[in-house]
Amino acid sequence: MLNTFIGDAGHLSVIVAFVAATVAAYSYFMAARGRALGDSDVAWLRLGRGAFIVHGVAVMAVIGCLFGIIHGHRYEYYYAWSHSSNHLPVYYMISCFWEGQEGSFLLWIFWHVLLGFAIMRWNKLWEAPVMAVFAGVQLFLTSMILGVVTGGVKIGSSPFILLRDFLVDLPVFKLNPNFVPEDGTGLNALLQNYWMVIHPPTLFLGFALTLVPFAFAIAGLWKGELTRWVKPALQWSLWGGLVLGVGIVMGAYWAYETLNFGGYWNWDPVENAVYIPWLVLVAGIHALVLWDKRRTALRTSFVLVVATFLLILYATFLTRSGVLGNASVHSFTDLGLSGQLMIYLGAFVVLAIGLLVYRWKSIPISEKELTTYNPELWVFVGATVLCLGAFQVLVTTSIPVYNSFLGFIGIKSNLALPADQIAHYSKIQLWMGVGVALLSGLAQLMWWQRNDKSTVINAVGTPLVLTLLGSALVILLLRYNGHEIQPAYIALLTAGLFGVLANISTIAQLILRRVKLSGGAVAHLGIALMLLGVLGSAGYSNIVSKNVSGLVYSKEFPEDLNRDNVLLWRNDSAPMGAYDVSYTGQYIDVPGVPGYVNKDLLFRTADEYKALARGDIKRADKVYYKAGDTVEILPENTYYRVEYKDRETGEAFTLYPRAQVNEEMGGLLASPDIKKFFNHDIYSHISSVPDPSKEKDWSEVKESQLTVGDTIYLNDYFAVFRGVEPAQQTAGLGLAKGDLAIQADMMVFGEKKQYHVHPVFVVRNKMIGRVPDEIEDLGLRISLNTVDPTAGKFTFGVSTTQKDYIILKAVEKPFINLLWSGTLLMALGFGLALRNGIRRKQPAPTAEHVPSRVASRQARPEAVA
Amino acid sequence: MKKAHILVIAVIAVAIGIIMSAAGDASVYVSFREARERASEGNLTKVHVVGRLPRDGQKNILGLEYNPVLDPNYFAFTLVDTNRIAQRVIYFNPKPQDFDKSEQVVITGAMRKDIFVADKILLKCPSKYVEKDIKGATAAVN
Repeated sequence: MLNTFIGDAGHLSVIVAFVAATVAAYSYFMAARGRALGDSDVAWLRLGRGAFIVHGVAVMAVIGCLFGIIHGHRYEYYYAWSHSSNHLPVYYMISCFWEGQEGSFLLWIFWHVLLGFAIMRWNKLWEAPVMAVFAGVQLFLTSMILGVVTGGVKIGSSPFILLRDFLVDLPVFKLNPNFVPEDGTGLNALLQNYWMVIHPPTLFLGFALTLVPFAFAIAGLWKGELTRWVKPALQWSLWGGLVLGVGIVMGAYWAYETLNFGGYWNWDPVENAVYIPWLVLVAGIHALVLWDKRRTALRTSFVLVVATFLLILYATFLTRSGVLGNASVHSFTDLGLSGQLMIYLGAFVVLAIGLLVYRWKSIPISEKELTTYNPELWVFVGATVLCLGAFQVLVTTSIPVYNSFLGFIGIKSNLALPADQIAHYSKIQLWMGVGVALLSGLAQLMWWQRNDKSTVINAVGTPLVLTLLGSALVILLLRYNGHEIQPAYIALLTAGLFGVLANISTIAQLILRRVKLSGGAVAHLGIALMLLGVLGSAGYSNIVSKNVSGLVYSKEFPEDLNRDNVLLWRNDSAPMGAYDVSYTGQYIDVPGVPGYVNKDLLFRTADEYKALARGDIKRADKVYYKAGDTVEILPENTYYRVEYKDRETGEAFTLYPRAQVNEEMGGLLASPDIKKFFNHDIYSHISSVPDPSKEKDWSEVKESQLTVGDTIYLNDYFAVFRGVEPAQQTAGLGLAKGDLAIQADMMVFGEKKQYHVHPVFVVRNKMIGRVPDEIEDLGLRISLNTVDPTAGKFTFGVSTTQKDYIILKAVEKPFINLLWSGTLLMALGFGLALRNGIRRKQPAPTAEHVPSRVASRQARPEAVA
Repeated sequence: MKKAHILVIAVIAVAIGIIMSAAGDASVYVSFREARERASEGNLTKVHVVGRLPRDGQKNILGLEYNPVLDPNYFAFTLVDTNRIAQRVIYFNPKPQDFDKSEQVVITGAMRKDIFVADKILLKCPSKYVEKDIKGATAAVN
């Protein structure tokens, strides 16, 4: 049944949200206009508040309607049809909510609404000018999902469009305009992962959080409050840095767990688009801290806070305008919004840069000369290094933009992204890492004390000596184990170790001096550990599955080709690196049964979500299903059981890399499985399997006549014909009354185990039917062809097929745990900095009355980020 | 000279270096003709080629060569670039699973003698992002 009400309600809510945002932006602007901070026009302020609340309610209504459409499987709507399907569990419905471009805009809008409410509640003083910026941003964002055509111009793309209005050319709608498809096309298989349920909202919250310090900076510039905005902006920036940083690493972890490119970072433009603003945001946090504590770098703070938000807008433009079409595998396609996105970006660039230029001369600067013994200098240099790192990623990621721009002004350009992106980015990012690790260590040591030559040498001495010893030891160990180490890696190793030890030393001293634990030192320790983790896992990742078959096709090809995959026959063991590996069958998910269930145990039925149990399904002593029971299954994913056995230690483990049969996505999508050790991961994924959509090629049937007790040879195996029994209600046979059915009991001896085979012979209405039985493990199919009861002779037909195989790639990733644990420490550090900031109740003396050279002579250190 | 000035000069120098490195590493989209010319000049830098897979009347792709049993790391195919020049391409990795469905293929690599050795294949399957057909739509109409 076609239901247009819910879509109309949703569309109406979008329009209300858009209009309310416009009213709120104008009212807040009028409330703050021409007045000092905090002295807002009450009538306009009230109107602005009311309008923003209406906007918020309307946004919730939009979300409610869209989720209702997805949850109710209303496939008359394009959004539900193209992102959801009948069998999708509820938690993945949440992910299909933001799989589409419109939904992800909605998610972003949603977080802005919540943050706007938080500002209205906790930052009353700044409410009018900050909320004017907020509502202005909301105006642009809601326009993206407006879906209104005025004067031939399409504004926004509505998520509430009906399928028939989207696929107008489809013949079915000409015959029946009220046609509703039975099922949706489903969620992109790679997104069916729990990280994809929580990672996009986290990222979008991070995106949204960058608006807050930006809005404060704009409000400060506007109202001429050039210093007071720093405190609230710093708090909010810390939240942004934390959430965005965690979101990025979550995405990396999802990629590591789910995608099969064999790592956690691929320098895809979409990844870069969040990495760039995060680096600039973190640099901005440092600048804000410098002003907050030491009264320097205020202009830098303005520039970086503004740049962060503008870069978020630029990232949005990059990933959503279709400009990356040829360069990225997972950017959105163009929805015809690129013009709108350009206006959005342009409006805020002009506004922010105009205001900055207008106020530039009046932004206070420090008169203090930065000397070598000022930690401020080193913090500043560190922030600069971060910005340079961001700059490189930005310059390269924008290559497709230069192409389109040149094409736009009539110059044909064929510039492409670097062919080896990893090498290109690494060669600069590696040195950025070196700089960050060294400077974070140095600046942390110096931050907490008064510095001159001797105190600096004292503070740096111990960590430095330990670092040199440590990295010498590591280099020797690497050499001893036959690994090479390049000079750049030596630099990163040494810098990373120094970063770790210097920050540990700082933390230890702070604890000894009974000072509040510094979030900064903890976060920096985390960053240094992450750098070491990246060095180990990326620099020394080792492909275990090197193919040593030694086949040479042509001498023209270079020797250094990556022949990184091995073919494993089912139940055959093959040597792979230090392991003996064997592939032992296909498994499947059965809800309610722990682990995976062997496909051999399940007889598939016409309904792909149901199967019959061929034997008891049990775990330990508990029987979950008895033979003959109907079992609910999740058929999308096949898990390939791969056993690893270390030849030296005898240690064994089993991995289940997954592959998803997905027609829409063109066949098979693979996801890895990972065995974690404390110092390395073994990462395995399926590169290929025999095409599941192709029928198997069976050999011609070979017949042989047997009597009970006979033994025959079938290829490499032998089988014993043990007897004949009446066939019971065997799985899937569908016997009717009066049917005569017998089955042979045959025992086949494989390499590893024996298999019971029961080919069935049925007589119904004098017609003969045969149900052959198949042993997938051995690639054998046996049928009971004829029965001669008088002579006691039975004729069996045997045909064979190619044995099942998988092509596997396995990689060893050393010290990857340092990366993940470093992330946790980094997050903890951000959290500590936030807590210390909230605890500090007394606001610092307002900056107008503070001479520029003050805080650097503080006797007692204070906790900072 | 103040420290700040030294810092500014250093930053500008690094920024220029970064731009140069981006310009130096940037690849280009070329046709097979140009890829051959580059190779004959001894230039083995990797290039991008955009092309389509030749298909017969039944929409089957022509000239795919992949026998995992013989060697899982050898996949050869023919690609026709935008100038309709066909070229044999070898990819020393397993065949990408959704290769058969893709309409447009972007490969990176370089010519070696008369064969293009690809080290990366980027597939564009438009259906991945925008659905255009409904399965069984006609059958469902009564």
